[in-house]
Amino acid sequence: MKKEIGIFILLVILCAITGFENPRFFSPINLGNTANLIGLFGIFSIGAGVVIITSGIDLSVGSMIALNGMLSVIALTQWHLAWPLAVLFALAVPMALGLAHGVLITRFKMQPFIVTLCGLLIYRGIARFSSNDMTKGFGDANGFQTLQRWATGTLWGLPTPFIYLIIISIIMWLVLHRSVYGRYLLAVGRNEEAARFSGVNTKLVIGSAYVLAGLLTGISGILFAFYTNDVSPSTQGNFYELYGIAAAVLGGCSLRGGEGSIVGILIGTTLLLVLQNLVNLLNIPSSLNFAVMGGVVLIGVLADELIQNARRKK
Amino acid sequence: MRGITKRFSGVTALDNVSLTLGRGEVVALCGENGAGKSTLMKILGGVHQPDAGEIVLDGRKTQIPGVADAIKLGIAFIHQELNVLGNLDVAGNVFLGREPRNALGLINSKKIHADAEPFVRRLGLDISTRTRLDRLSIAQQQMVEIAKALSLNARLIIMDEPTSSLTVAETTRLIDLVCDLSKQGVSVIYISHRLGEIEQCADRAVVLRDGKNAGELGSDEATHDKVVSLMVGREIKNYYVHSDAPKTPGFFKVRDAFSSLYSRKTVSFDAARGEILGFAGLVGAGRSEMARAIAGMDHCPSKKITLDGKTIPIASPRDAIQHGIFLVPEDRRVEGLIVEMSVRENVSLPSLRDFSRFGLISRKRESDAARRQVDSLRIKTPTVEARVRNLSGGNQQKVVLGKWLTMNPRVMIFDEPTRGIDVGAKAEIYRLIRDLASQGAVILVISSDMEEVLNVSDRIAVMHEGEITGALDRADCNEENVMQLAVGKKVPAAKPAFKE
Repeated sequence: MKKEIGIFILLVILCAITGFENPRFFSPINLGNTANLIGLFGIFSIGAGVVIITSGIDLSVGSMIALNGMLSVIALTQWHLAWPLAVLFALAVPMALGLAHGVLITRFKMQPFIVTLCGLLIYRGIARFSSNDMTKGFGDANGFQTLQRWATGTLWGLPTPFIYLIIISIIMWLVLHRSVYGRYLLAVGRNEEAARFSGVNTKLVIGSAYVLAGLLTGISGILFAFYTNDVSPSTQGNFYELYGIAAAVLGGCSLRGGEGSIVGILIGTTLLLVLQNLVNLLNIPSSLNFAVMGGVVLIGVLADELIQNARRKK
Repeated sequence: MRGITKRFSGVTALDNVSLTLGRGEVVALCGENGAGKSTLMKILGGVHQPDAGEIVLDGRKTQIPGVADAIKLGIAFIHQELNVLGNLDVAGNVFLGREPRNALGLINSKKIHADAEPFVRRLGLDISTRTRLDRLSIAQQQMVEIAKALSLNARLIIMDEPTSSLTVAETTRLIDLVCDLSKQGVSVIYISHRLGEIEQCADRAVVLRDGKNAGELGSDEATHDKVVSLMVGREIKNYYVHSDAPKTPGFFKVRDAFSSLYSRKTVSFDAARGEILGFAGLVGAGRSEMARAIAGMDHCPSKKITLDGKTIPIASPRDAIQHGIFLVPEDRRVEGLIVEMSVRENVSLPSLRDFSRFGLISRKRESDAARRQVDSLRIKTPTVEARVRNLSGGNQQKVVLGKWLTMNPRVMIFDEPTRGIDVGAKAEIYRLIRDLASQGAVILVISSDMEEVLNVSDRIAVMHEGEITGALDRADCNEENVMQLAVGKKVPAAKPAFKE
């Protein structure tokens, strides 16, 4: 819990500064927009975090979101699938890809970085090829309106993606911090060998983390497709894997594995999106967007490291 | 070192401890884990700063603010876990960070090997300076570390448990080397739990207990019993426990298991219920690998394992665990424990499903189970939430035991059960092993410590290059017989390890 408090304080300070400089930060419209984005980014960031906890990494997230968005469009507009089937299809594909990652990493002992880097390249290519590299919209496909309401509507005044994030977070909190499977995830991330000696099916645990990440990325992918309303295969989801990794690391996940919490990942995601918002509201040139984000992640992780060191010396 | 005191967050690790060492003298530093040996040596090595007291070197008061300063003063520290780089050759390791350069600023490879050569020869090492370190045995790697220390003009070498992973022959060679070094005027502080070695090589034994000086013994009076009683402050009786409890022969049968080191040779043996079967042999005889094969860690499809008359297939550690076959592995920090996790999380890891419903863990039942093990094994830890990393070696080993005792062991395989563990905890672990046997478990004990394997076992199977060369009944167990079998010779008293 200690780790999250530091980053939470940073978040509060940033919100206060932004709100003080530009009161529009606290306007209902801005808060609603930010909450919507937190929902969209938070869901796949949790997946990225789970993979990092097993001491792996998933670089394919952004391309998967593009591919998934494109498949959702194609399933609805070209194949005319009923919307529940289209959703199932759009979730099954990333899960299958996650499974493929898991098998390559655990059975064939390939490095997660390489496997998912290849994924990043391959899925982007397929997304562009399957659409002839053209932006595709949903038009007025059958079931589009129902789905759009689910994906972009509001409930109790909150954007639906944010509500999905809350539900998923509660489930994932139970899974990671209270379940046998979650304990195995942490154990495998810390010391795979010792976990195996204790009878943990390490291959299954690690492999399933990529499937789980695929599922969460798939949910995000559908929501993003409706958020942008049409899917541009070459830009949809670009760099999103790095948002996920940055959010997880800011939230206390260690790339060495075995460390991390759902609350931390949520705070990390929120911090990243508040930063984006800050860039817009404080009239910082948007070309500096990534630089600001990189700088804050660097400072956040550095400060955390310094605090940990100081504590250890005491 | 005079009147050294060191406190860590309120806990006094060293209280007014003094240690003197003459030029060329060999001093054995003894004490249970947690007695303060390592802290004292870390102060001498510049890792920690004392809160009080002074260090006098060659008659001059000296400060040692960092590791680099210790090296400059000629103090070399050879840690229990060796600090060598397996991907570099011998010369590269000896001169790591001080490589001779040529005109281009690149490593002068001719000079580095020429410079390394005399140090390697001085230690009687018969290897090329171009050999990569990962091709060498642990003993040779250790020699390379000593060569590095000598190349730094070390006048004082601290060796922390140097023999814990060496065979008998290698240990003898190391002890000879220590004697040679002392003749050449190098002083040695030698930390070891193997008291026999201390009798052989030390001029004096300095004993610490609970962070204080407990006494000093000259080489003529440093007998096993005296050192032990100073270390624990009481007499330890029944160090090894024997029993004549009834045994059920043929309860556990292993046929045609092979170790990953010798995939063409197979191992077969029988063990009785209630029996402690020792496995002796030289390091590299394939004993640990055999244990890994039996426990499902290594791939070994040819093996046939029978427990209580039933053949059980074991393809993974999970299979072995389900049948009550548990392995206490050789390297507890890598294989036995997740040191960054708490005592509770480590103890419950293999039996987690027993404390959970619908996949969710009951924290209370889990903690209770861990606490039961902490109490019954007398694990010294502030709470069950403490990280295992912060416990002493003996207590870490007890946590590994606690993992398995939470479940119901039918076969327990101990691989070097007391390596790096102090005398007091050793006695407790021997008693636990014997209790387990009396309760009807099959116990296999792999040990490179001759004294241990001779005294703990009811029967000893000796391995040589991947095969069992013979089994010795209790009456025939002596050092001579074990050594003969370990080097592959025949011994009249030896019997086959199994009946058809």
